[in-house]
Amino acid sequence: MAAVTFKDVYKQFEGMGYPALDHVNIEIAEGEFVTILGSSGCGKTTFIKMINRLYEPDAGEILLFGKQIRDKDPVQLRRRIGYVIQQVGLFPHMTVGENIATIPHILKWDKERINAQVDAMLLLVDLEPQEFKNRYPAQLSGGQQQRIGLARALICDPRIMLLDEPFGAIDAITRENLQNELKRIHTESKKTYIFVTHDIREALKLGTKIMIMNQGQILQYGTPEEVLAHPADGFVEELIQTSGVSESLLKDGDGI
Amino acid sequence: MENAIVYFQNNGREYFGLLMGHIGISFVSVLAAMVVAVPLGIVCAGRPRLKSIAEAGFGLLRIVPSLAILILLIPIIGTGVKPAVIALVLLAVPPILINTVQAFLTLPPEMLEASLAMGMNPREQFFKVKLPLAFPLMFAGIRTATVEVIASTTIASYIGAGGLGDIIFTGLALLRTDLLFIGGGSVAVLSLLTGYLMDRYYRYITRWQP
Repeated sequence: MAAVTFKDVYKQFEGMGYPALDHVNIEIAEGEFVTILGSSGCGKTTFIKMINRLYEPDAGEILLFGKQIRDKDPVQLRRRIGYVIQQVGLFPHMTVGENIATIPHILKWDKERINAQVDAMLLLVDLEPQEFKNRYPAQLSGGQQQRIGLARALICDPRIMLLDEPFGAIDAITRENLQNELKRIHTESKKTYIFVTHDIREALKLGTKIMIMNQGQILQYGTPEEVLAHPADGFVEELIQTSGVSESLLKDGDGI
Repeated sequence: MENAIVYFQNNGREYFGLLMGHIGISFVSVLAAMVVAVPLGIVCAGRPRLKSIAEAGFGLLRIVPSLAILILLIPIIGTGVKPAVIALVLLAVPPILINTVQAFLTLPPEMLEASLAMGMNPREQFFKVKLPLAFPLMFAGIRTATVEVIASTTIASYIGAGGLGDIIFTGLALLRTDLLFIGGGSVAVLSLLTGYLMDRYYRYITRWQP
């Protein structure tokens, strides 16, 4: 069964002359790490915000593990979906531990379980629990904040993770580390990750599948090897050429 | 100075009563203003038209001097504590209202999106994210209002509300400088002390800010 299915999904925002998503059809298998690649305004963020119902489609159907998401309570749906954004969005008035435990608190997990899970999540994102738990977000670096963002999204063990350019505002070296760790976390968890980026290297490095979008349409969906070897059309080919990546990079690239 | 010592020796009890009265009127006024301004501010933050009407309305009332409001209220409600509190509430509402509206309008959008996307329902989002993030700015408005109210409560004595103003008005009537100093000084100390304590509390509630 597919983790995410889009059936002829159409969305146009008010006051826009063109659709954000133009009759999109896609099936994403469970366990994939899908990187969505495209320039700004191509519809990639709209695509993932529809999965957790931050946006509603004008037409078409979206299914999660075979079930219509429009039949579900959005609040309940979102608690089962991890969400990470570029601006991180940690709550500044809460400590790191409180941030990570936000949803477990709402779900009324018992204290020991929360504590144990918060520690486990911090270790998962490679931060020492005792050192970081009681700090406030303002006392952390950008990279550390995004690690907390990941930990917060992962604590309820969601079957799907949505990541909207999570490393877009992070310096190159830290980004490299975070990419490697995200890749490791995904491989260990076998959950479905959908990751928006406009960095083709990042897309090739992280994705088990790459989805290339332009003007609200999916131009190509395939493994990095397929996309590099057989670009679907001129746009994809140009994208690959201008970014200067080639198959050779893929072959000796790290972690692919 | 000697006069002041003599005053406290003879009128200690009365002084204490006036001080407590002053604090009481100020406290009740600020509390009532919060009850009006905080919910109104939260509602206004989501409704631009209501916001401009409310802000303009209270802004206008604020231009009218407190003393004028007090005297205008005499034929309607008479003298005493009640009209004084009403005038002080009108004085205290605008800073609290404006700050509350601003606080809720300037909530960081990424935090609202994050909290929604995590699966908070509107009530959880309000109490766990919006209100705590808005509170420091709201509190700054409450502080401004409180200090203003403490100073203005002095005038309320003019229509028989009591408070430290009584000492000043007595001093004026009897041409006794010592009473003017005691009354004026007490109001100044009270307002500075309150401002200081509220600043301390503000620093405590914003300890997470960089």
